[in-house]
Amino acid sequence: MFHLGRTDLTPGGTSPSKTELPDWPARFAALVENTQDPRLRAYYAAGVPAGDTVLTEVPLVALDIETTGLDPVRDGIVSIGMVPMSLERILASASRHWIVRPRVPLDEKSVTLHGITDSQVREAPDLDAILTEVLEAMAGRVAIVHCRQIERQFLDQALRRRIGEGIVFPTIDTMALEARVHRRSIPGFLSRLFGTRELVSIRLAASRSRYGLPRYGLHHALTDALATGELFQAQIAHRYRPDTRLEAVWS
Amino acid sequence: MQDEQLEIVEFLRSRPPFELLPEALLHKLATSVDVRYCKAGTRISEFGDEAQWWFIVRSGAVEVYRRNGTLYNRLTEGGYFGEFGLLRNKRVRFPAVALEDSLLYMVPEPVFAEVFENDERFADFVEIEDRTRLRHVVSRNEDANQLMSATIATLVGRDAVVLDVSATARDAAQRMTEDGVSSVLVMDEAAAPGDLAHVAGIVTDRDLRNRLISPGLPYATPVTDIMTGDLVTVNHNQLVFEAMMLMLRHNVHHLPVMRHRRPIGVVALSDIIQYESRNSLFVVGSIFRQPDVDGLVGLVPDVQACFSRMVTEDANSRMIGSAMAAIGRSFKQRLLELAEERLGPPPVPYCFLALGSMARQEQLIVTDQDNALILDDRFEPAAHDAYFSELAAFVCDGLARCGYAYCSGGIMATNPRWRQPLAAWKRIFADWIDRPTPESLLNANIFFDLDGVWGETAWIDGLRRMIAQKARASPRFLACMARNALLRTPPLGFFKDFVVEADGRHSRAINLKRRGTAPLADLVRVHGFAVGSPSVNSFERLRDIIDAAILPLGRGQDLIDALEFISIVRIRNQAASLASGEEPDNSVEPDKLSEFERKSLRDAFLILSNAQKFMKYRYQPGRAN
Repeated sequence: MFHLGRTDLTPGGTSPSKTELPDWPARFAALVENTQDPRLRAYYAAGVPAGDTVLTEVPLVALDIETTGLDPVRDGIVSIGMVPMSLERILASASRHWIVRPRVPLDEKSVTLHGITDSQVREAPDLDAILTEVLEAMAGRVAIVHCRQIERQFLDQALRRRIGEGIVFPTIDTMALEARVHRRSIPGFLSRLFGTRELVSIRLAASRSRYGLPRYGLHHALTDALATGELFQAQIAHRYRPDTRLEAVWS
Repeated sequence: MQDEQLEIVEFLRSRPPFELLPEALLHKLATSVDVRYCKAGTRISEFGDEAQWWFIVRSGAVEVYRRNGTLYNRLTEGGYFGEFGLLRNKRVRFPAVALEDSLLYMVPEPVFAEVFENDERFADFVEIEDRTRLRHVVSRNEDANQLMSATIATLVGRDAVVLDVSATARDAAQRMTEDGVSSVLVMDEAAAPGDLAHVAGIVTDRDLRNRLISPGLPYATPVTDIMTGDLVTVNHNQLVFEAMMLMLRHNVHHLPVMRHRRPIGVVALSDIIQYESRNSLFVVGSIFRQPDVDGLVGLVPDVQACFSRMVTEDANSRMIGSAMAAIGRSFKQRLLELAEERLGPPPVPYCFLALGSMARQEQLIVTDQDNALILDDRFEPAAHDAYFSELAAFVCDGLARCGYAYCSGGIMATNPRWRQPLAAWKRIFADWIDRPTPESLLNANIFFDLDGVWGETAWIDGLRRMIAQKARASPRFLACMARNALLRTPPLGFFKDFVVEADGRHSRAINLKRRGTAPLADLVRVHGFAVGSPSVNSFERLRDIIDAAILPLGRGQDLIDALEFISIVRIRNQAASLASGEEPDNSVEPDKLSEFERKSLRDAFLILSNAQKFMKYRYQPGRAN
């Protein structure tokens, strides 16, 4: 995970009722027809749960990617971490981690964050070589991410560059869920009253600490995926119910 | 295939029992972990559920309950639960509830079983029985200390050098020179073989100097004139430390080693010094060389240094307790010598008594004085009491100056109530046993652990015998003592920086004497009386109790281990206070305890708690024992 604390990319704090919710199962069904790459077509063919499924029934996968920088067009992916999970149990025992070779040089600043070095990426495969494994790990599951714009846009751009087709997939964004609590618009007189107050941080580490989750070393894709999965379980335990429907939290 | 979660591996690697695992097993365990977040109040597992997981608390806090709903344990980061069910019938035995928002690591049963099977040390640590784990802890400490494990026989390098009673002092000196030894045993062949009187006495280098040359006696003086008779001996199968304690107690430097009542050699102080610094013996020696009370007061830092050194040298609680008792006893003896020098000889014979922890040889650095006087039956208060009153005041004031605080309950020889003729003491003790009252029961707890320090110490054997016989035959007295011994209970364990009580309440610190060693000693005393044990030391009483087989198999050893562990934590805590210049006491704050000490203390508390339940049942009034 490598993102700014504020939601610069797009605001995630809007409540779901105001957003046009995509019908993900129908969208996937249509994409199966219009996709050329067999690996991506298989991913869409695996389908997604319907929006009215209760959360306890939804297969999930916590996902995090580390990148060379913040721009999905100019920068590339260096590692991907995934942990399959459900609302009751995070299958850390089935964790997957890939280091991949980006098609752009490594930025010194990002290396200090994610710790993946030039020599590591030189020996790593191109994403194209492991795409089957990555898509199989995601297939049929809803991705849990912290700041969906990163994972969505980088995966989409990486696939466009490699197979000439982009990817769309449903996510539950733990940062957006946190923003719903801490970024509500405040009525005028209150906002004047609290105008100078610091915003509550909705970054991964700060969000976790609010739920009593331990401090982890961040910016390792697999650690961040686990950290995001744990945060999601905590958010549902505290702010939702196990029988909350998927459509209330995904987008 | 799976990839490794660094956070999980690193978390496990740094703490017991996982740190014991070889790298391959650690990774096997870490990569098998699944994770679950539980909000405070979440029921994690229910009694009777299928046991599929071994749980490790990654963060937060979890409470584990007994089937009857009482709290069994409260766990925090690094704690684990669920092994009972996995190792028994694969059903959850102790249900668990999240006390705080918690993150749990879940190890699947097959992996837990594999690691448990393949790593003995891990299995020992996680072992189902708390008491078994404590046994391992205590026995590891015993192994580390040769004084505890080596028997006296290993120190006997050569046969005893002996002389007949008809020999002269010069014969003795020649014999010692020829054989290169510092002592010779004097044998009375006329006495029946096999009888202890067979060995009439011992002559040492020092005896030749002090009893022959200094007074200017002729070389032809019979050896019997300069020998020490009435020998203190040690049995070949006793432990080295027991020999050391005998030397301390009697202030002697040579002990004949007996096997089947025949001497097989002599151990000298110098043999034992190889094993143990001569601290405590040195302090005892200095006590007897002090010319006045000021001199004794000047030794207090030496006593503390001796205590601290024994702790650093990993002495166990018995060694330290005996050494401190021997030092306390020597202070009293020297004070009584000084008192008699000042007041003149006593008008009637007397015996000065030590009571409580000093008599049990379980004395530590923080202690108050419990003492009393037994007077000869010819005692006439009007004629004699002024002398004994002054004598008692001299000793008790002197002890107070030497760091032994006055007894707040007034159990001191200065109290006329506790200065009685022997016949009166017998009546008083009999009355306490026949007609127990709340007050007499408290007194019995102190006075029935008694030891003679000075004077007519032979009276003590008779008193102890009388107490042992009468108490054993008085079910009502035993029942009352048992009820009394249940008044102080141990806590449940520790949670973060708090002590947790059985009802779930918290406190900041624990008094390890009041909540640990004292109720244990009380419990052991009751069982000891029930089996007619003549011993006073709790460990010796426990040996007698085990021999009498009144406890379920193995529970006696558990109590020995529990007493040893609580005592040694209490001792280490006092040594730490001395080292940091604080006033040592019996109170321990949990944040000063290591994770290992907390765990083992909890095991010890559980043993005590279960033993109290057993005692409650066994000494019910009206129940035939």
